[in-house]
Amino acid sequence: MPIVCATGCGRGIKTMFKRSALPVLTVLGVIIALWYAACVPMNSAWTAQQLARSGATMTVTETVGAAWSQDRPRLPAPHQVAVELWDTVVMKKITSKRSLVYHGWITLSATLLGFAIGTSLGILLAVGIVHSRAMDMSVMPWAIVSQTIPIIAIAPMIIVVLYSIGVQGMIPKAIISAYLSFFPVVVGMAKGLRSPDAMQLDLLRTYYASDAQGFWKLRLPASMPYLFASLKIAVAASLVGAIVGELPTGAVRGLGARLLAGSYYGQTVQIWSALFAAAILAACLVAIIGLIEKVALRRMGMRQ
Amino acid sequence: MNGLVFLRVVSNLVISAQNLDLTFQTNDGPVHALKDVSLKIGKGEFVSFIGPSGCGKTTFLRCIAGLEQPTGGQISVNGMTPEEARKARAYGYVFQAAGLYPWRTIGGNIKLPLEIMGFSKAEQAARVARVMELVDLSGFEKKFPWQLSGGMQQRASIARALAFDADILLMDEPFGALDEIVRDHLNEQLLALWARTGKTIGFVTHSIPEAVYLSTKIVVMSPRPGRITDVIESTLPKERPLDIRESKEFIEIAHRVRDGLRAGHQDDV
Ligand SMILES: Nc1ncnc2c1ncn2[C@@H]1O[C@H](COP(=O)(O)OP(=O)(O)OP(=O)(O)O)[C@@H](O)[C@H]1O
Ligand SMILES: [Mg+2]
Repeated sequence: MPIVCATGCGRGIKTMFKRSALPVLTVLGVIIALWYAACVPMNSAWTAQQLARSGATMTVTETVGAAWSQDRPRLPAPHQVAVELWDTVVMKKITSKRSLVYHGWITLSATLLGFAIGTSLGILLAVGIVHSRAMDMSVMPWAIVSQTIPIIAIAPMIIVVLYSIGVQGMIPKAIISAYLSFFPVVVGMAKGLRSPDAMQLDLLRTYYASDAQGFWKLRLPASMPYLFASLKIAVAASLVGAIVGELPTGAVRGLGARLLAGSYYGQTVQIWSALFAAAILAACLVAIIGLIEKVALRRMGMRQ
Repeated sequence: MNGLVFLRVVSNLVISAQNLDLTFQTNDGPVHALKDVSLKIGKGEFVSFIGPSGCGKTTFLRCIAGLEQPTGGQISVNGMTPEEARKARAYGYVFQAAGLYPWRTIGGNIKLPLEIMGFSKAEQAARVARVMELVDLSGFEKKFPWQLSGGMQQRASIARALAFDADILLMDEPFGALDEIVRDHLNEQLLALWARTGKTIGFVTHSIPEAVYLSTKIVVMSPRPGRITDVIESTLPKERPLDIRESKEFIEIAHRVRDGLRAGHQDDV
C-alpha cells in the first residue's frame, strides 16, 4: 500500500508538473517574444535619428540588432535586463552600492518591519472589532477610508512629518509599508474570528466558558486559515509600501532609489532590473508565507 | 400512599417547566415556537421528544439549557434557573452535528470542556481515557476528526458531553444523520451508558422506534404553535435487548406515539 502511494504520488507530481509547467512556459515564451518584438518600434526612432545625422544606411537585420542592444533603450530587451540582473545580483559584492542585493536588503528590512507592525496592528484591531460593537462601528469605516487615499499622496506627508520630529531612514518607510499591510489583515482576521458558527459558540455557552476562553480556544484557532490568506496579500502590499516610501525623499539606497535614479539618468535597464528584483522578492515573500501556512495548518491538523 | 409517591417524585425532580411560552420576533413577524409547555422530568429519566419539524423540540431543549430565554412561564433545573444550572456545569449538550474542532485531535476535543472547567492535567487525561472507552473509541485519541467516520465523530461528541460528568445530558437528534445499523448500535450503547451512570437524558428524535426503544417517557409535540400533545410513560422494562422492538408491548407504545403525532397533524391541516 505505501509503495503504491509512493509511486502514485510521484507520478501525480510529475503529471502535475507537466500539466502546469507546459502552459506556464508557453505563456512565458509568448511574452518574451512579444517583448522582443515591441523593442523594435520602441527603440528604432533613436537609431533612425542617428542614421539621419550620419547619413549612413542600415539593413533590417542591423536595425533590429541595434534596437536590442542600445545603451539607453526606451524599452530594454529581455536579455539586457537579464544581464543587468546577473551583474548586479551575482557579480557585485553585496556591500557595493551597485549591488541589487544590497539595495534589495535595504527595502526588504523596511518591508519586514512594516509587515510586522501592520500585521500586529491588523490583528489587534480585528480582535477589538470582533469583541466591541463600538469598535466595529468606528474602526472599520476608517480602515476602509484609509485605503481609498492614494498611497503616493500620503507617503510624502508621512515622511515630512516624521522628518520634522527627527525620524528618518527605515522607520518612515516601515510605517508606510504598515499603512498598506494592516488593512488586509484586519479584514481577514475579523472574518476569521467571526467564522465559528452559532452551534460552536452555543457549545461553549453550555460549558459556561468565559469570553477569553472562547477567544483562545475557538475564535483564534478558527481564524488561522483566514489570517494566512490575508498575510500573503499583506506582505506583497508591505513591499510596495516600502518601495513607495523610498520615492519621495530621493533616497539613495533601496530598490525604490534604484528606480528613481534610473529614471533620473535614463537608465532604463536599471529601472527594469530593479522592477524585476522587486517582483521576484515579492514572489519569494508570498511563497515563504505560503510555506509557513502549510506547515502551521498541517500541524494543527487542518490539512491532510 | 398517593401522597407518598407524589413526595418522592417531587424530591427527585430535575427539570420542571410550567406554562412555558416562547415567541421569536422575526422579520416576517412573531413565531410562536412554544405555547403553554408544562413538563416535569425526574432524576434518571430518559425522556424523548418527538414531533414534526418545527414543533419546537430544539427550542425546548435550548430553554432547558438556558440557551434561549422563554418569553413566558417558569423553568427550573435542579431548583435553579437554567442560567445558574449552566454555571454549575449541569449540562452535557450534544448538538445535531458533531461540531468537533478540526484543529484538535479527538482526545483534544474531549478535553475542551475539561480545560475550560479547570480540571488538572492528570484528571483530564484520566477522564478522556475513561469516556473514550465508554463510547468505544479507545485508540483514536490522537486522530483528527476528518480521519473518523460520521458515526465515530458523533460518538466523540457524546464523549465530550460526558467528560465532565454533568447530571443532565441533552441530545438534539444526535443520530439523525447515521445509517440504521450504526444507529441501532449507538442506541444500545446509549442505553447501557444511561443504566450505568443514572443520568437524566433529554433526547430529540424523529424516529418512533428510537423514541420507544430508549425512553422511560415520550413527549409528543405538534407545531404552530409548538406544544405538547401527549406524554407517554413507557411500560417497557429497564433491560432492553434490541429484539424488544418486536414485542407486543413495544408495538402498542409505538402505536400510541403514532396516533399522537397524527392527531397533532390533523388539527394542523
Ligand atoms: N432563533 C430563531 N429565530 C426565529 N425563529 C426561530 C429560531 N429558532 C427556531 N425558530 C422557529 O421556531 C420554531 C421551532 O423551531 P425548532 O428548531 O425548535 O423546531 P424543531 O422541532 O427542533 O424542528 P426540527 O425537527 O426541524 O429540528 C420553528 O418555526 C422555527 O422556525
Ligand atoms: Mg431541531
